[in-house]
Amino acid sequence: MSYVIQGETGDWEVVIGLEVHAQVISEAKLFSGASTKFGAEPNDQVSFVDAGFPGMLPVINEKAVEQAVRTGLGLKAQINHRSVFARKNYFYADLPQGYQISQYELPIVGHGTIILDMPDGSTREVGIERLHLEQDAGKSMHDQHPAKTFVDLNRSGVALMEIVSKPDMRTPEEAGAYLRKLRAILRYLGTCDGNMEEGSMRCDVNVSVRRPDEGFRTRCEIKNVNSVRFVMQAIEYEAKRHVEVYESGGKIEQETRLFDPSKGETRSLRTKENAHDYRYFPDPDLLPLEFDDAFVDGIRATLPELPDEKKQRFISDYGLSPYDATVLVFDKESAAYFEQVAEGRDGKAAANWVTTNLFGALNKLGKDIGESPVSAKQLGQLIDLISDGTLSGRLAKEVFEIMIETGDDPAKIVDERGMKQVTDTGAIEKAVDEVIAANPDKVAEVQGGKEKLLGWFTGQVMKATQGKANPQAVNDVLKKKILG
Amino acid sequence: MSKLTDLTITQAREGLTKGDFTARELTQAHIDAMEAHRGLNAFITETPDRALEQADAADVAIKSGDAGAMAGVPIGMKDLFCTEGVLTTAASHILDGFTPPYESTVSANLKKAGAVTLGKTNLDEFAMGSSNETSYYGPVKNPWKKQGDDADMVPGGSSGGSAAAVAGRLAIAATGTDTGGSIRQPAAFTGIVGLKPTYGRCSRYGIVAFASSLDQAGPMTRTVRDAAIMLGAMAGFDPKDSTSANVPVPDFEAALTGDIRGKTVGIPAEYRPDGLNAEVQAVWDKGVQMLKDAGATVVDISLPHTKYALPTYYIVAPAEASSNLARYDGVRFGLRVTDGVRSLDDMYMKTRGEGFGKEVRRRVLIGTYALSAGYYDAYYLKAQKVRTLIAQDFKKAFETCDVILTPTAPSAAFPVGAEVDDPITMYLNDVFTVPTSLAGLPGLSVPVDLDKDGLPMGLQLIGRPFDEETVLQVGDVMEKAAGFTHKPASVGA
Amino acid sequence: MSLDNTTVRNIAFLARIDVPEAELPGLADELSAILGFVEQLGEVDTKGVEPMTSVTEMALRWREDAITDGGQQDKVLANAPDAVEGYFTVPKVVE
Ligand SMILES: [Mg+2]
Ligand SMILES: [Zn+2]
Repeated sequence: MSYVIQGETGDWEVVIGLEVHAQVISEAKLFSGASTKFGAEPNDQVSFVDAGFPGMLPVINEKAVEQAVRTGLGLKAQINHRSVFARKNYFYADLPQGYQISQYELPIVGHGTIILDMPDGSTREVGIERLHLEQDAGKSMHDQHPAKTFVDLNRSGVALMEIVSKPDMRTPEEAGAYLRKLRAILRYLGTCDGNMEEGSMRCDVNVSVRRPDEGFRTRCEIKNVNSVRFVMQAIEYEAKRHVEVYESGGKIEQETRLFDPSKGETRSLRTKENAHDYRYFPDPDLLPLEFDDAFVDGIRATLPELPDEKKQRFISDYGLSPYDATVLVFDKESAAYFEQVAEGRDGKAAANWVTTNLFGALNKLGKDIGESPVSAKQLGQLIDLISDGTLSGRLAKEVFEIMIETGDDPAKIVDERGMKQVTDTGAIEKAVDEVIAANPDKVAEVQGGKEKLLGWFTGQVMKATQGKANPQAVNDVLKKKILG
Repeated sequence: MSKLTDLTITQAREGLTKGDFTARELTQAHIDAMEAHRGLNAFITETPDRALEQADAADVAIKSGDAGAMAGVPIGMKDLFCTEGVLTTAASHILDGFTPPYESTVSANLKKAGAVTLGKTNLDEFAMGSSNETSYYGPVKNPWKKQGDDADMVPGGSSGGSAAAVAGRLAIAATGTDTGGSIRQPAAFTGIVGLKPTYGRCSRYGIVAFASSLDQAGPMTRTVRDAAIMLGAMAGFDPKDSTSANVPVPDFEAALTGDIRGKTVGIPAEYRPDGLNAEVQAVWDKGVQMLKDAGATVVDISLPHTKYALPTYYIVAPAEASSNLARYDGVRFGLRVTDGVRSLDDMYMKTRGEGFGKEVRRRVLIGTYALSAGYYDAYYLKAQKVRTLIAQDFKKAFETCDVILTPTAPSAAFPVGAEVDDPITMYLNDVFTVPTSLAGLPGLSVPVDLDKDGLPMGLQLIGRPFDEETVLQVGDVMEKAAGFTHKPASVGA
Repeated sequence: MSLDNTTVRNIAFLARIDVPEAELPGLADELSAILGFVEQLGEVDTKGVEPMTSVTEMALRWREDAITDGGQQDKVLANAPDAVEGYFTVPKVVE
């Protein structure tokens, strides 16, 4: 898929790199024992370490180390057995120490790869530059008071993984696919809940444009974009802005920008002259972070099957299309649901029911799979009722609608509402006889060679049986009675 | 019996156990001395009521027979240690009114051992200085004066208040912290014993940070034995400090066997630069002779990068300080300047501009520069590489000796105001102590003699990592041989 | 290395320390003297020498992932020059 901006002077290609801040799932903060839970009273989940009090010292949380390694393994990345924490120095109201403890020269995780699943079923690889551990800052609130900014340090010190991609993406869709895939991997791993709305996954977007085949041009960084849709919008806007600037003879300055979702625009936050000089240096309160192979192997042994492997297995074991497989592995719960439905049944049929009917119904209800009114077991039972001839496809769809509404088992619905498909030839013959008797002229037409009309007869019989007759049986009886 | 304020920890312990006096009496005597000698400006905050309460608790513990090693001993606490519910200033305007809701590990350990805290002692602002003249609360005066001269002398720094309190008999002992010599140099200037332990021996938790990779707390006492006792009470592994060493705390006092036969003492050639003060040289020679007489073998060693220790230190320490002191921003504690402030940056600038004194400002700016884009490699990285070489020098030297003997400071105490205007001359005070700090090694200063003006002079013993025992053992022998019994003018006969 | 007033002003801004204009020249001289003193480090051959990251030969200790701290809004705010409704405050920041 190529995404090209056609300017007045020719075509432009977009170059995109993403920096994602993913909040590590852990009980306590990266360097203090305060809780990471969301929604507490302001400044309550704060230790004196998080508040940057004099003499307070950081002590690292082992869970954060584990989670970072786990994520690195999930990204097929190089795990660095020795990494170093560095201080990133700058002044801001919500940065109590006056520095953020992060990793600079030696991150815990090096190069890795993410495979993007594009909507057309194709795949594309994007390189991961690095993943490092760092502390989150607190929160500034600018709209609580006319003259003051309020500061809440509950988030201060929460562990983040900063995951930096290579500038490998070329379209807004690829950026979207990257974020969705990264989120899926993090959720599979249980290292981040991936909730962009609550800020547990935040994205900085680096955008530049260039003529096809030329080197990179100056990029701008758009900070803290908080949904996949906004990321795509911001890229589109920013790329167009670059093209317009270049084509009108201007120059793009390297700068940090903000995306305004209400206007769909980006605007300058600070220019390079005002760029921070972060004065990184190794944090002397912490020693180098070191671990051995056994530690990494221990984590590797507990890795779940990840989306890419699961997708391959679904394709080979269940005969699914790459598209269906991609949709099903998007989250762990859907994949598990599907597998339970498919167990001992036709995989393709199961996939079809899950991706089309179930996802469609859940979408309408605004529910996710965990809240589905129809359990995997029940959906499996429904499919069984089709295979044993109890239900026709059409009846099954009706039963499914009722299941979504009531949450009842399909057998119960079929029983109570008498929705069983009629295969009893006596009853079918009776209905066929009635339809034939009522339409002598049409019978004559069929007998005169217009066999296509048989379908009309089938429809009439189905109607007469409230759709419960087995359509194949109806066809057979009709043929026998009319054509002999 | 000698005056209560003349007692050592050892003597106090004995007297308290025997019931010759109570901890309350002992404490009251020191409170009286503290009040009588306010002219020294040794304390920023006095806490006599708390001290008496702690003394009463110590008396109970002593009676019931479960007294800690420091039970009932009145001490001074350098005002760099955060003390719960007691004003903690780091001698800086910027910490105005700061009352920590927590206690440093070292002060908590001392409390647990039964020590009685008389108050918070004065220091150079944020421990940056070698004369205790950078304190926002004014300079500390050395209890010692030149013979026949009434000029006030500096006590050294940065633990100048602690040194003056111990030398002036306001406290039996005091805590210090040492980043480049801040325990040892003031100890030498005031004729007392000061020990900077191995980096990692005492927890840094709750100590206002100056330079994290160098800061270390230690005891300031009147005898080597007291230093051994007090270090035992201060030291120990602390899970709250990632740089705290998980090593056992030995019985330091038990190391004082009085016998150093077979020990090898190294004498570094590089500590004998051209122009070394002749009296310093003479005291050093005397120390060498005393250790020889006691049966030690003396060998020449080389620490080739010694010359570069000070320039290394004056990059590394300010760089760390520039970052450590970023938290003093007027938002969560301490001073906040609001006059004419229109923006957040304005508030930072004015608060920090007013809150920091000149020396702190100088060091923060040097450190900021050394870390800034384009200069990091030339300054900070270079310094950290040289630091590696300095540490290697010591490692190599300790292949041929057990302990190293050097002067503690290049001179005796100087008059108040003599060096304040020239930072580099001031920095040279730490020339003999800084290399040890950069290498993280234990260093002990022991008073050995008076110079021709009647001012005390000390010698420094440097040991292997976590071998404070040898340092104390040799120091104890040297102390006995030196027989330093002089008292400062302020104490009287 | 000799620092001029502009450089000192810039460093002072990086460090967020207000330096009165009148003090800039004197400060520039002092800082230049210190840097001059430090420059002798250039004499040392440090090729292939690892920069020191820690004087202690230990690895970083890890703590268990457990909530052992926090829940102390009162103490966290007790020293604040200005706290409102549980928040620290600073002069309004416009983004
Ligand atoms: Mg970044
Ligand atoms: Zn980051």
